[in-house]
Amino acid sequence: MTDIKEKRPAITPEQTTSKPRKRPHPIWYAIAGAVLIAALTYYLPPFRNYQLATVGAYFTVTAGLTVLTGLNGQLSLGHGALMATGAYTFALTQNRWLTMPLSFLAAVLATVLAGAVIGLAAARLRGPYLAGLTLAVAVVVPSVASTFDDTLGSDMGLSIALDPPPGVIPMERWQAWLCWAGALLTALLLALLVRGRFGRDLRAVRDDETAARLAGVHIARTQILAFVVSAACAGLAGALFAFLAQSVSPGAFPLTLSLFLVMAIVIGGLGRLFGALLGALLLVLLPALAQSVAEGSGSQHLEGNLALVIFGVVLVVVMLAAPGGLASIRFTSIRRKR
Amino acid sequence: MKRTTAVFLAVLLFAGACDSGSGGGSSSSTTTPGVTDTEVVVGTHMPLTGPAAAGYSKISPATKAYFDFVNAGGGINGRKITYKVKDDGYNPATTQQVVRELVLQDKVFAILNGLGTPTHSGVLDFLKTNKVPDLFVASGSRSWNQPDKYPGTFGFNPDYTVEGKILGTYVKENLAGKKACFLGQDDDFGKDSLAGIEKVLGAVVAKQNYVTSNPNVGPQMGALKAAGCEVVLLATIPGFTALSIGTAAKIGFKPQFVVSNVGADPTTVGKALGAAAPLLEGVVSANYLPINTDDTNPWIQLFKKVNDQYNAGAEFDNNIVYGMAVAYLFVQSLQSAGKDLTRDGIVAAVQKNGFQGPGLVPLRFADKDHSGYGGEQLTKVQGGKAVFFGQPYTTDDADGAVQPYTGQAVTPPQNGIPAA
Repeated sequence: MTDIKEKRPAITPEQTTSKPRKRPHPIWYAIAGAVLIAALTYYLPPFRNYQLATVGAYFTVTAGLTVLTGLNGQLSLGHGALMATGAYTFALTQNRWLTMPLSFLAAVLATVLAGAVIGLAAARLRGPYLAGLTLAVAVVVPSVASTFDDTLGSDMGLSIALDPPPGVIPMERWQAWLCWAGALLTALLLALLVRGRFGRDLRAVRDDETAARLAGVHIARTQILAFVVSAACAGLAGALFAFLAQSVSPGAFPLTLSLFLVMAIVIGGLGRLFGALLGALLLVLLPALAQSVAEGSGSQHLEGNLALVIFGVVLVVVMLAAPGGLASIRFTSIRRKR
Repeated sequence: MKRTTAVFLAVLLFAGACDSGSGGGSSSSTTTPGVTDTEVVVGTHMPLTGPAAAGYSKISPATKAYFDFVNAGGGINGRKITYKVKDDGYNPATTQQVVRELVLQDKVFAILNGLGTPTHSGVLDFLKTNKVPDLFVASGSRSWNQPDKYPGTFGFNPDYTVEGKILGTYVKENLAGKKACFLGQDDDFGKDSLAGIEKVLGAVVAKQNYVTSNPNVGPQMGALKAAGCEVVLLATIPGFTALSIGTAAKIGFKPQFVVSNVGADPTTVGKALGAAAPLLEGVVSANYLPINTDDTNPWIQLFKKVNDQYNAGAEFDNNIVYGMAVAYLFVQSLQSAGKDLTRDGIVAAVQKNGFQGPGLVPLRFADKDHSGYGGEQLTKVQGGKAVFFGQPYTTDDADGAVQPYTGQAVTPPQNGIPAA
């Protein structure tokens, strides 16, 4: 995955000549990723393929969120709600027309719309106020679902009609392919987007609004655009989640999901797509690992809570060992210390 | 490029980790997943954490305790039962994940007693595609009774329409002429229950809904009071039963409450009401399993013994009775499926039915019927305990009459383990 961290200086002609090490174009990362995923889906057993697909779906949303929070400095606690928007749109469109590409497109469009509305308000708010607004959005999901219970099915949610995978492809492999197609496409577009002028604008707005304004950057427009872009990613991710679960309900998009997403990008390394990938991986692996450790401990009454304890302890240890997130750990720095 | 190497290493590690995981679960000579000469592995998804964990998280340890009791007696046909419990937090997305883990990774023989309507609905197709027996789902939705569509899925609880008809009959016979109203959960539970009630009573005077995400039933109880209701039928989960009865008392509204079995366990509801627990006196409900406080019942004596020995003496409530009754039924199914245990074999054995256990009325399993218990007996809270009165009734979820059931209750076998 390409690296979009803020430390990289804008490349000027002198620097390129003095520093011959040039990063490959993001497209190569995407192609390498696609080849790797395709190979993995043949190598891994079905359940691991399903987990791989889930990582892909999570990566789709964490990638967008890390751009918003890490590069533009807007903290959103409502991305779970945006995922729900995408998921419900996917479900309704899919049940109506049963055409998957159309349903994915509709999901992204609907979330872009929702993202633009929230983004407009967000551009006027800072820090905790913005967190409060997005938090409110996350909390409101179940009420919307129960207010329009004839269409959205209240707490029960909706089940989704899906075509079987084409040919003889096993379901889990098909799910992994689709989810990672979405994830890699998202990551590629984001990487291309933040490489250029837009990326510089994002960072300028985050670091010093006054200076950015003086330099001719349109603050509100940049912020709204950042929100819309990351909302679109969340919408696609929500649709992928709905596709994976073959159902959608408010219970699948609780407040904790939004909080976990923020946690994932912080643990992974804020502002980097690679960090978002690590965060997505953790979101899938850590609960599973914690659960199996808890099971192994032999206590059947603590099982549920013990897993949460292990989960929390691991997070604390990671933050202590790598305050900049997992992506900031460098093998070189270890070597240099010797 | 270092980072790419790191990704690659991480992926390899990930892949390596799963290989060791999937390699361990392979069975020996037989081709049926989860079955060896000495072991049968079954799995379940349960809310051990999250909004539905209160009460319900006690079910799977109870089931496991009964299996441990059976295993200590040598198991069934030489096979010990291993029960794998996965926490899904009552979140349908997590249910998808853990059920796939159980089936594809842990290679379980069957899914037993997966809990929840929204959670379990999502895995029906997956279980069908993989031909996994889906036994005794823990919910009263009618979705489990679709033998043509889901031939491997079987219910356990009497469905909510059956219960609604029986509760409705009580109101019709004992509270005739009083204004009857309804408060229900905004899903299949509430809708099916109301359908059953209205089949017997005709349209209720007023009906209200609640959603679990909004713990305030003030407006609903206010509307029922304003409508002059004298009887309120509740299709509520325990927390909302307590909330409804408490809220009614606060606004000086004193109707006769008639509550679905799902939300009527006096231990659980009383705990939620705290000091206001005496408000439960006189509440009418129904049950289809022996009641936890009935110490003279031989089933309760058996289950209490198992609970003390294998469940670390957990507080003995109706969730534990439920968990052990499910375990008992599964052991009966295993016995009936015989020594050559296959997935088709156990489905056929359950369809053949003829099981007799702790239930007050018979199970209805047959070729064309995959629903669980077919009726209930009414209870009333007296002195803080639910007590049976009258006789059990059976009915169906269509237009069939509500009939008294006169069959005799059976006692548990001497050693507590059903014979073949």
